[in-house]
Amino acid sequence: MISEKQKKEYKDYVEQKTPNHNLMVDMVLAFIFGGIFSVIAQGVYDLLMSNGFEKIDASTWGSISLIFISAVLTALGWYKKIVKYAGAGIIVPITGFANSVISTAIEYKNEGQVFGIGAKIFIIAGPVILFGCLSSVVIGAIYYIIQLVG
Amino acid sequence: MGKQIGKQSIAFDKVVYILANTEVVGKKEKDGPLGDYFQNIFDDHLLDKKTWEMTEAKMQEQVSNKVIELSGLSKDKIRYIFGGDLMAQLMATTFGIKDLEIPFYGVFGACSTFGASMQLASIMIDAGLADNAMAISSSHYSSAERQFRFPVEFGYQRPKSAAWTVTGAAAVILGNESGAVKITGMTTGKIVDYGIDDAMNMGGAMAPAAADTIVRHFKDFGTRPGDYDLIVTGDLGVYGKEIACKLVNDEGYDISQNHMDCGVEIYSDKEQDTHAGGSGCGCSAVTFSAMVMNKFKIGELKKILFVPTGALLTTVSTNLKETIPAIAHALVIERNEVSK
Amino acid sequence: MMYLKAFVVGGLICAIVQIFMEKTKIKTPRILVSLVVIGAILTGVELYEPVVEFAGAGATAPLLGFGYALAKGVFKAVDESGLLGVLTGGLTATAGGITAVIVLAYIVSFISKESNDNK
Repeated sequence: MISEKQKKEYKDYVEQKTPNHNLMVDMVLAFIFGGIFSVIAQGVYDLLMSNGFEKIDASTWGSISLIFISAVLTALGWYKKIVKYAGAGIIVPITGFANSVISTAIEYKNEGQVFGIGAKIFIIAGPVILFGCLSSVVIGAIYYIIQLVG
Repeated sequence: MGKQIGKQSIAFDKVVYILANTEVVGKKEKDGPLGDYFQNIFDDHLLDKKTWEMTEAKMQEQVSNKVIELSGLSKDKIRYIFGGDLMAQLMATTFGIKDLEIPFYGVFGACSTFGASMQLASIMIDAGLADNAMAISSSHYSSAERQFRFPVEFGYQRPKSAAWTVTGAAAVILGNESGAVKITGMTTGKIVDYGIDDAMNMGGAMAPAAADTIVRHFKDFGTRPGDYDLIVTGDLGVYGKEIACKLVNDEGYDISQNHMDCGVEIYSDKEQDTHAGGSGCGCSAVTFSAMVMNKFKIGELKKILFVPTGALLTTVSTNLKETIPAIAHALVIERNEVSK
Repeated sequence: MMYLKAFVVGGLICAIVQIFMEKTKIKTPRILVSLVVIGAILTGVELYEPVVEFAGAGATAPLLGFGYALAKGVFKAVDESGLLGVLTGGLTATAGGITAVIVLAYIVSFISKESNDNK
């Protein structure tokens, strides 16, 4: 048997031996890419606002424009090439969420409409929607109770 | 019949020969540093098939047919096939060799499968229970990504310790009739788990298993690193190789001079962006079949210790936050100097 | 001016997450989930609305904004339809984005072939 102490020592040794990416460079890249995507969404938002859209609708269209960009990038196979450099800069904007759905759809289409795409499309995005929903319900319930009491 | 040696080893009595070997690889492997050694490549990454899984099966079909042809034996002279791959329930092997209608045992040892298959085939031949037997294994980048990581188009940043699954398959036919290269002994590995749980750092997880088997081999046979021209591990990668060398050195054996890792050799990280190196059943299999066998034939190598390494993780064990157990099997392979 | 603010805030959020990704080795899907939940909670305690006011899409484009939309939606729905709003608010507000993703993914799955990575 290998003792816990040996394991701990070995783990530390492996970590020390294995290099990491250059965090500063990665942060700068994430900053730039994240900034660019935000500006694109802002541009769509401003355009629609000046055409008399409602605030909330314009904001949704801003997000949808990023989803569309992510769909195109993923379809062309460019997304994963960009993510190597952009990192969180393309994962954190809604582009990352869109890629998680689109990439699974492409991946599993061979396994059929229902058991393939249908069932697998949410393997990565499903948890996002589940926990998003859950938190909205919890927040909503608290808000409702406060309203009642208040 | 061979005899038991030390704790975990066998010395073969009747010598087991490697009668034929062949491999097929994808474009990335062909473009890598070992490109010139590879005989058969396919440019179309799907090989006329619709899915990567079936492509991998097709690769096995190709190499199994080709290796029989190269051996000059008729199909019914092959008594057994031992083989496997990384996919669940050994899908590529099953579909790849089913039309051969040769008795078959599926072997799973993750990336060490090729070594385990060769060992089992050798035992059969040495025991006189088969005249000829085949060992085969394969891996495919995309089918492995899909099974063990994320969809291929899913974007995430690969850490420096990540390995690139080799797209390739290799097969050897072992037999009791004299050939140029022979297998004279083996050491079966045991499962070693040092508590590494980062699935993106397989080298770190496998290094202790490789070291354990290598040290056990030296002890069982009473040999030293200098007795071998090369000690060839499977797919430890750049960082895993360094760690394994240190672990073996801690036990009093210095292998730093003649240690080679297939995962390190097969790609050039600088040009191919593969990070730590190659991995997968195909990694050690194609490197052995192409480069190592070639060096035997031209006389550059006389005796090696071939140690394919495997990380025995599953997608479920990763989700359960379990650690990554690993295994390595060693074979002593020698040039047959008196061969005709 | 708004564009500069959006750029800086959106970029900063990404840069901070980048640190977490590399320091903790959390897998990407977990990052996505955490961001949405954090966004919803921050909105719930009324900390995120000011950021959105200040930076616009710089705050709504990152996945935190998805959580923001969920929480905003549920507040609005509770105001309008009481208890039922607790259940309907979140998904109603984000339905546009989610449906767009699903439909696009389905279409793309027909057009796009798996690309060859092994080259």
